[in-house]
Amino acid sequence: MKVVVCVKQIPDPALPGELDPSTNYLKRDDKLILDESDSYGVEMALQLVESAGGGDVSLVSMAPNGAVGGLRTALAMGAEGAVLVSDAALAGTDALGTAKVLAAAISRMSPDLVLAGVESSDGYTGTVPEMIAGALNIPSITFAKQIQIEGGNVKVQRQTEAGYDDVECPTPALVSVTAGVVEPRYPSFKGIMAAKKKPVEELDLSALGIDSSSVGKNGARQETVQVTDAEERQAGEIIEDDGDAHEKIIEFLGELKVI
Amino acid sequence: MCQALAKGKVRFTEPSGEPPTTFPFMDFSPSEDHEAIRDGVRRVCVQFPDKYWREKDEQHEFPWDFYQAMADGGWVGIAIPEEYGGGGQGITEASIVLEEVAASGAAMNGCSAIHLSIFGMEPVRKYGSPELVNEILPKVADGSLHAAFGVTEPDAGTDTTSIRTRAERDGDEYVVTGAKVWTTKAPYCDVCLLLVRTTPKELCDGPTQGMTLLLVDLQDPAVDITPIPKVGRNAVVSCEVRYDGLRVPVSRRVGEEGQGFRYILDGLNPERILISAEALGIGRVALKKAVAYANSRIIFGRPIGQNQGLAFPLADSHARLHAAELVIRDASWRYDKGLDCAAQANLAKYLASEAAFECADRAMQTHGGFGYAKEYDVERYWRESRLMKIAPVSQEMVMNYVSNKVLGLPRSY
Repeated sequence: MKVVVCVKQIPDPALPGELDPSTNYLKRDDKLILDESDSYGVEMALQLVESAGGGDVSLVSMAPNGAVGGLRTALAMGAEGAVLVSDAALAGTDALGTAKVLAAAISRMSPDLVLAGVESSDGYTGTVPEMIAGALNIPSITFAKQIQIEGGNVKVQRQTEAGYDDVECPTPALVSVTAGVVEPRYPSFKGIMAAKKKPVEELDLSALGIDSSSVGKNGARQETVQVTDAEERQAGEIIEDDGDAHEKIIEFLGELKVI
Repeated sequence: MCQALAKGKVRFTEPSGEPPTTFPFMDFSPSEDHEAIRDGVRRVCVQFPDKYWREKDEQHEFPWDFYQAMADGGWVGIAIPEEYGGGGQGITEASIVLEEVAASGAAMNGCSAIHLSIFGMEPVRKYGSPELVNEILPKVADGSLHAAFGVTEPDAGTDTTSIRTRAERDGDEYVVTGAKVWTTKAPYCDVCLLLVRTTPKELCDGPTQGMTLLLVDLQDPAVDITPIPKVGRNAVVSCEVRYDGLRVPVSRRVGEEGQGFRYILDGLNPERILISAEALGIGRVALKKAVAYANSRIIFGRPIGQNQGLAFPLADSHARLHAAELVIRDASWRYDKGLDCAAQANLAKYLASEAAFECADRAMQTHGGFGYAKEYDVERYWRESRLMKIAPVSQEMVMNYVSNKVLGLPRSY
């Protein structure tokens, strides 16, 4: 079984992010790390291959400047190899362009299953996985909490507000994995050292046969016209305890209709 | 260059006052491997926050799940050769692991849980029989075997040659009788690397002769283990251990009979380097907490960190920790290159433990009354960093070493 996992490499969320004021793009000049939301997809893929008793987990990513820091983390977890698409012409690519590029890279890998996180932690469009499935013309299932491969089918417990739906479709298919449904393994020391030697194939747009005018800023159909700071959190209401604070808190929660 | 310098015993003795000629040209460019090691250890440690360590310390509970996570990640065996299942790295990488563990807030409770497994079995690797090495090292590397180290005695601390624990030969066995103190982790350890006298001191050519290293079974009925109540690092117990006629097969002897002191000397410098790194880590986390508090605590309408009375001591601690770090790297680099590093390892231990305790003390001062409360954790760093000034060698004995061996002043003891 061959599983390809889409992983995004993002600026470290622990550091203050910054937008380029001239383009409104997130600055990605510093070291990029594995998006935590994608670590669930990597873990799910590794578990699927392990339970199948064999197979291959490969990664696909699109990042500027040949960045591989995040890929190395996922390789250290146990993935076998990676394909990185990096091309200066990709700056400003929107969600659809990203999906086209990743789909072109994935189609060369002929996977049985493609996994992705539900949404990235920096862009949050939550649309790229399904667009990839569309571009590849394969079925997709969203919000997976559990995945099983049986024969030529993938069976998924699809998380809903009320519980989960059982959904099934033929492979090859794309499944987006809900964050938190598995416990991503820590990269071990040996995994980290082994990851340095694992193959990362770097491709540019010409290698994928993609016209550079169809992606990047010029090809984007999505434009960020304005950026506004998020509203600062309000201080909240402070209840002084004169012996009746618990009653006031109950009353407050009651007004919010949470109790 | 003087003769003593050529033998690697003395530095800084150029009569002309010229700069030392042996100082290496070090490369300060970032190492991807070292960054990866730091990142990997942090990923494990982030699962074990201050609250975890506070509870383990208060409840005097060994951090088994932390230990297992570190073992599973291959971090415990990082310095054990690859042929025995370890990571095959040097003391530099091992010290980075322990620095990061300490800096996560785990401090000594985290470091001491794994410290001896990381490098304590080096005498076995270096001098043990192939059978012993093949039996022991893979289990230490994968974390399944816990090992202790027994040298210090109630009446023989730094004065190691005065140990009284003796082993008498009886056929294919030694019979061990005596007592050791400060044996870390003793109740959980399968084995202990034990220094014993096999020949009375008065019958030896020199005081360092006649001592032998044995790998003994700590969970034998002839061994009595009593925990020592202590100020801090309470998740990892330190014990008095009595050996009352413990029978040890000769096959568990490490190296030659009578050479044990020489074998443990080999391990002293790396131990000091590792302890230095642990101290550095505690200093780092104490400083981080102090800075965060000084930035967020508003008194008289402004953050207390705006007061130079608080800011300057923290800036000073940053400088001292950074300086200590450079000496640690000097010492570990030299050790890994096979160069003499005794002076550097001693200086690193002295500077790092001084800087760490001072920083933890300043972190408490920065926190004011809350620094004395357990929930802010700086008191735990303060208690644990205090230990570094005493163990594994006191600051005073380091000064003795530097005075005598480095500067060439008369020996005081």
